[in-house]
Amino acid sequence: MKYLIQFAIIGGITFLGEVLNLLLPFSVPASVYGLVLLFLALVSGLIKLEQVEETADFFVNIMPVLFIAPAVSMMDVLPGLKGSIVAILIITIVTTVVVMAVTGLVSQAIIRHGKKKGNKGNE
Amino acid sequence: MNELLSESIYFGIVISLVFYWIAMVISKKVKITLCNPLLLSVLLVILVLVVFDIDYETYNYGAQYLTYFLTPATVCLAVPLYRQFKILKKNVAAIMLSIGAGCISHAIVMGVMTLAFQMSPELKAALIPKSLTTAIAIGVSQELGGITSVTVISVVITGILGATIAEKLFQLLKIKEPIAQGLACGTASHAIGTSKAMELGEIQGAMSSLAIVVTGILTVVLAPFIMEIIR
Repeated sequence: MKYLIQFAIIGGITFLGEVLNLLLPFSVPASVYGLVLLFLALVSGLIKLEQVEETADFFVNIMPVLFIAPAVSMMDVLPGLKGSIVAILIITIVTTVVVMAVTGLVSQAIIRHGKKKGNKGNE
Repeated sequence: MNELLSESIYFGIVISLVFYWIAMVISKKVKITLCNPLLLSVLLVILVLVVFDIDYETYNYGAQYLTYFLTPATVCLAVPLYRQFKILKKNVAAIMLSIGAGCISHAIVMGVMTLAFQMSPELKAALIPKSLTTAIAIGVSQELGGITSVTVISVVITGILGATIAEKLFQLLKIKEPIAQGLACGTASHAIGTSKAMELGEIQGAMSSLAIVVTGILTVVLAPFIMEIIR
């Protein structure tokens, strides 16, 4: 019974996400609408953590398996991409390094700035 | 072979599950980041399909039912995010500004490079969401009209790369704050990067998984504008 109710709640929110995706004119995936809805419902107390917890953890745990089929489709797509594979790899490497460096340095600067301020306030 | 299996729903489901299981066993034994279970299982499934001359369509006839669960699974990411709500509230400025800076720098570098390589719109759309967690990346890619499989592969490569270089890069740039390390891992390389962040420490792990969701939502908002500019 517990899992049935949990799955019904998660399924219901997923459905609401789909409805928003169809009705609203933004390119936001249904899953992200649903994610935000569930998060807001948890924060507001509309849904209690215990009402979704086990089933949600199950879904989060099995997630990697759900990506296998979309990724396997590269066997049909790859031959047509021959000329772009090297470019895709270079772009992937450069962007990953840049994002990691920028995010790390900016957050470190903000945190250290905050700490300095905090120390001055204590003195 | 194709004719027999094309009527079977559970063929695609079972080989996905079994090969992921095998890949997990292998990656636990061989502790190299390159032996990521997702990458490994995808390669194994492709190998089997090619060796036995089975079409992707035959495999996906059943495997697509697994893919249907991707949307509710992504919705459930709200639960781990909610568990970190306290850390989120306390460091909201550092988190939002740094992840925002990460997303914008990603968009700029991506835009310049895809233009320089003169990529087709389908490829650009496939690559824009590549630093997101796969579930959200697939959604964004589809909304923009990208090639989904290219998105998935570049997402996986991004994750493995991020996890591999994280420690070295932090040393090189003297990024020592645990929160900063975690945010950098999650923003640049989603869940696979988060597995690395968890090795670095508990705070790193929590911040990294938080960054996955925030990056996802920010990029969802930014992506259509980026696509409009570089199209």
